[in-house]
Amino acid sequence: MRRRILTLTAALALLVTGCTAGNETPDDGVVRLRFQSLAWQKESVDANRQLVKEWNATHPDVQIEYVQGSWDSVHDQLLTSFEGGEAPDIIHDASDDLADFAYGGDLADLRPLLPERLRADIPARSWETTTFGEGVYGVPFLQEPRVIIANRKILESSGVRLPTPEEPWTWTEFRQVTQDLTRTMGSGRYAVAWPLKEPVSVSLNLGLSAGGQLFHREADGRVTVRFTEADAVVAGTIHDQVVNDRTAPRTTLGSGGSDTLPGFFAGKYAMVPLGFAYRQQIAQQAPKGFEWTVLPAPAGDAGLTQGVSPQTLSIAEDSPYKKEAAAFLDFFLRPENMVRLARGDWMLPTGTTALADPSLHTARDGWATGAAVAERLRPAPAQSVRGYPEWKDKVATPAFQEYYSGAIDGAELRRRLVADGNRVLARYQRK
Amino acid sequence: MSALRTSRPARFGQYAALLAYLVFLAFPFLWLVSTAFKPAPELASLHPTWIPKDPTFANFRQAFDEQPLLGAAGNSLVAAVAAAVIAVAVATPLAYVTARHRGRLASVATGWVVISQAFPFVLVIIPLFLILKNLHLVNSVFGLVLVYVVWSLPFALWMLTGYVRAVPAELEEAAAVDGAGRLRTLVSVTAPLLVPGIVATALFAFVTAWNEFFFALVLLKTPEKQTLPVVLTHFIGAEGVADLGPLAAAAFLATLPSLVVFGFLQRRITGGMLAGAVKS
Repeated sequence: MRRRILTLTAALALLVTGCTAGNETPDDGVVRLRFQSLAWQKESVDANRQLVKEWNATHPDVQIEYVQGSWDSVHDQLLTSFEGGEAPDIIHDASDDLADFAYGGDLADLRPLLPERLRADIPARSWETTTFGEGVYGVPFLQEPRVIIANRKILESSGVRLPTPEEPWTWTEFRQVTQDLTRTMGSGRYAVAWPLKEPVSVSLNLGLSAGGQLFHREADGRVTVRFTEADAVVAGTIHDQVVNDRTAPRTTLGSGGSDTLPGFFAGKYAMVPLGFAYRQQIAQQAPKGFEWTVLPAPAGDAGLTQGVSPQTLSIAEDSPYKKEAAAFLDFFLRPENMVRLARGDWMLPTGTTALADPSLHTARDGWATGAAVAERLRPAPAQSVRGYPEWKDKVATPAFQEYYSGAIDGAELRRRLVADGNRVLARYQRK
Repeated sequence: MSALRTSRPARFGQYAALLAYLVFLAFPFLWLVSTAFKPAPELASLHPTWIPKDPTFANFRQAFDEQPLLGAAGNSLVAAVAAAVIAVAVATPLAYVTARHRGRLASVATGWVVISQAFPFVLVIIPLFLILKNLHLVNSVFGLVLVYVVWSLPFALWMLTGYVRAVPAELEEAAAVDGAGRLRTLVSVTAPLLVPGIVATALFAFVTAWNEFFFALVLLKTPEKQTLPVVLTHFIGAEGVADLGPLAAAAFLATLPSLVVFGFLQRRITGGMLAGAVKS
């Protein structure tokens, strides 16, 4: 809603003021580019700043100004800046936030700007996340799969088989394991805690492992929602764990990942499915002697496949120095630099050369598990579908929340996602 | 007078309710203070304690190491003080006219106040941004101060109008009868009685500007000009994940100026409000 108000206001304001963006020529011949980074953890900020410093030291004619932005408000801030012609030249964001800006003409099509080295180094499946229509509007450079962070002692003492990327649990096996674990853990304790503050992205991204797709592009180019048996696998497992098996607590369904950590550290939950970057918080906050391990998410008919929305770097269409900005991106995302950025953010690089770096394949802190599933990461379903944000907020989020808490059954979930959902999408796809 | 007497149980109930309300108000702040002094493992404890078991200043050190808190606080202070002073300077004479000359002007002013409060930030931010850009006031603390003044002016006017109305017009008439001119009456009779209202209004404008986030985020581009609320968000990552310890430490420090200002001026406000209420 807030986004639509902003968009509408932007259009009206531009009509009234007739404002144009200005291309300023530098007086001293030095090109100055503003790079808005969303890095926020110390290691990550340090890596970003250091790279900017290295660039500035070797490129006196093109100087980068590092500006720290905030994930919390980046969309509104960028929207306002684009409309006012004051956007940063180089923009750090996530692929699922780019659609509005890409279709709105705010971001530059990077195809003619990027060097072949960078294009070839990042796999096509990652480029798909930033491809909107015919153009490519961001360089996907960091990504994080969802993994299961587990209490090693509880799992090992229970005797359950520990999964590996080569032999992961199936979703059926995962459900059985959580039943066995909960029995051995005693009352008031649960095998798994699902932090589902954002139930849609978790359900859709993990749903890919079972072959779920939910959004289907028809022959005429329109996208419709269909809820198949494959879509029901992951959602059904979570629902059964919470409602029928009681192997997952209802109380964490509305929580963010961080909220589940106290219970995890206290042994109340044996496993927590979290984003790969949460490992940093766990490494920082885990009590002395607490042993944790990183397991791959369960696999379905499509193996370990899951959806991701990588972090991206884009160039503003209004920037008068796109070539210089692209040269900086080329430097910033060299394999050795991508490794530094990935380690700083506790995430995985998209670049194949960077991903092969030995430091990302160590068993310590679960790096190897993440690296092993990297090639199975695919674009998050529907991130480029117009109307997806409204479908997510108005239809899917409440529907999944009610389903996981047991307030509605699978048939009602299907009806809402499909019937209500297609009505929303249809409004965006009228020709 | 007997009607004002309350029974002991009723009085106990009143105090209990007051205490509960105070606890309700103080809880977030006390929790913030507690969090600011806790080491990382204690922040993730399943059974958190009010008093940190192993208190530390590490969060404060980290907050200062990682973010330019002092510079940001300085920017916030300049913007908030300037906004408060200008808002009060503009609103006071307007409020006097609105209160004393009840006519079409008063109705228009009241209507403006009501309507202006109905617009959310998101509705005005882009037009405002474009206007400021045309005036070359984007990325300028002065531009931000102008926005804060405009944003707090309607409510400041409404507040001060109430205070002016509370000053009996008979006092001004008596001063006039005693030979005081218009200016002398305003300076010597009305203004001293308005001090509590002016202070309260200035506080409102100061706190509004001190805490404001979205305008500052959008209008200020360079890191050196960013205000404290914007810098605080640098401790928050994607999906609401936060570096809780340093965030709490920085947020605790950010609340101190407001508390100090209130602490110094509280007696002045309440003293002024009660002055003349009872014949001695």
